[in-house]
Amino acid sequence: MAVSQASLTNTLVLSLAFISGFIIMSIELLGGRILAPYFGSSIFVWGSIITVFMLSLSLGYLLGGKLSLHNPSLKQHGSFFILAALLLLPLILFGNALMEALFLVIEDPRYGSLVVSTLLFFLPTAVLGMIAPYSVRLLVMDSHRSGHVAGTLYFVSTLGSALGTLATSFYLVLWFEVNQILITMSVILFFAGLLAIFSNKVIHAGKAAIETA
Amino acid sequence: MRYLLSSIALFLFATVFVWQDSLAQRGIREIHQERSLYRNIVVTEDSTRRCLRFTITRRVGQNQSCRFLEDPQKLVFPYAKMTLSSLLVQDNPQRILIIGLGGGTLSEAYTTLFPDAEIIISEIDEAVLTVAEDYFEFEQTAKISVDIGDGRVYVKRAALRGESFDLVIIDAFNGEYIPEHLMTEEFLEEIKQLLPENGMLVSNTFSTSRLYDAESQTYHNVFGEIINLRMNNTGNRIIIASMQELPNLFTLNRRAADWRERLEYFGMDVTEYPQHMSQEVDWNTDERALTDQYSPANLLNN
Repeated sequence: MAVSQASLTNTLVLSLAFISGFIIMSIELLGGRILAPYFGSSIFVWGSIITVFMLSLSLGYLLGGKLSLHNPSLKQHGSFFILAALLLLPLILFGNALMEALFLVIEDPRYGSLVVSTLLFFLPTAVLGMIAPYSVRLLVMDSHRSGHVAGTLYFVSTLGSALGTLATSFYLVLWFEVNQILITMSVILFFAGLLAIFSNKVIHAGKAAIETA
Repeated sequence: MRYLLSSIALFLFATVFVWQDSLAQRGIREIHQERSLYRNIVVTEDSTRRCLRFTITRRVGQNQSCRFLEDPQKLVFPYAKMTLSSLLVQDNPQRILIIGLGGGTLSEAYTTLFPDAEIIISEIDEAVLTVAEDYFEFEQTAKISVDIGDGRVYVKRAALRGESFDLVIIDAFNGEYIPEHLMTEEFLEEIKQLLPENGMLVSNTFSTSRLYDAESQTYHNVFGEIINLRMNNTGNRIIIASMQELPNLFTLNRRAADWRERLEYFGMDVTEYPQHMSQEVDWNTDERALTDQYSPANLLNN
């Protein structure tokens, strides 16, 4: 019973990592689309977006690793997803208004796009970045296997990123509007978070049942 | 590892070789290469003309702009002549915005026709300007200036400054097609803000594929009736959108007769053009228009 629960948890954590990897790159790709009407598609607009994503992911990794030190749980893991889902809302709801305002204030499209990318993408991406190191902690049973576990996790989440990039650039933009895609991403993150929190409860209930039996 | 490296080297060599070869077969010499942040630029020359093209790896890119070595005032491409024929719709532009410089062909033609007109060209790629100046005798003057930057950003800022242009020409190609953010309803609305009551927008597009429908619908949504100019000898389609009511065929023919002599200088007979200027809705109006939210233009173009 305990063994199958552990493998169930692992499957869940890996699936969630896949989802977050997928969504990170999907949002990054849409970022170019979102900024183009205000800052164009010059090479520095992509430069701004990629810089902000890399920076926020790096800080997310740092923070996620730190948070995994104390009482790591699927519940907290799930809360990252829900937080990321909520942090996507400003981008969907106020993105245009914000760009409109900043377009007036900052004349140079290099710094304009850098500031806007930071304001729109930094927080959700940083929170999504927290997921990877935290997942490693949830998966690792002993230090001997930690490299293997981290490797598997990076494999899954980066595969998600690759597919997220491909799906978004080849198909999603052909079928949907940018905001429709973002809203869907937000909803998926939200339910992924709920699933993790719910599983946490079930597993705890299961453990309690075993202990009392 | 060595095997891998040598096969890569061989592949690169073959690529360059094949590329050179296919140009050489047609008697085309490469006379200059300009590195660019966007698409590297090649200047080629054969016995009659010099051309600017963007290189797309192995493929010999399409010519973006060409100039005859003798009679350089004569326009090489049908699309450039088609653009000029929009003078039949609105005939005296004094302030002109051209998005996309290329070899500077259009600005040269317009400044020849209207020496007092002020022409501003928005060009994203500084390397294109360098090549135009060095190889296509393009010159910035008191009347002609180039703004290096994205066309969309230029239009937005110009609208904020309250500027107006009698004529806006979209001639922005990146080697594949028009950048997607220069094809949306929102962008056309922004251009509309620049147009005075007799203003006109002339857009150089292609007449192929599903994009034809989406593009037409987009222009139609913003401007209402538009003129579609398509001719047999080219895949280009010129869209003419005006803030005024569009002239009918009778008027266009009459104006063509007046303009004929002046435009002969560019190697064209403008009286041939009115019959190809259609105001008919010949596209599928169910096709979704392009917006900032939905603009998979280059996917539709395939």
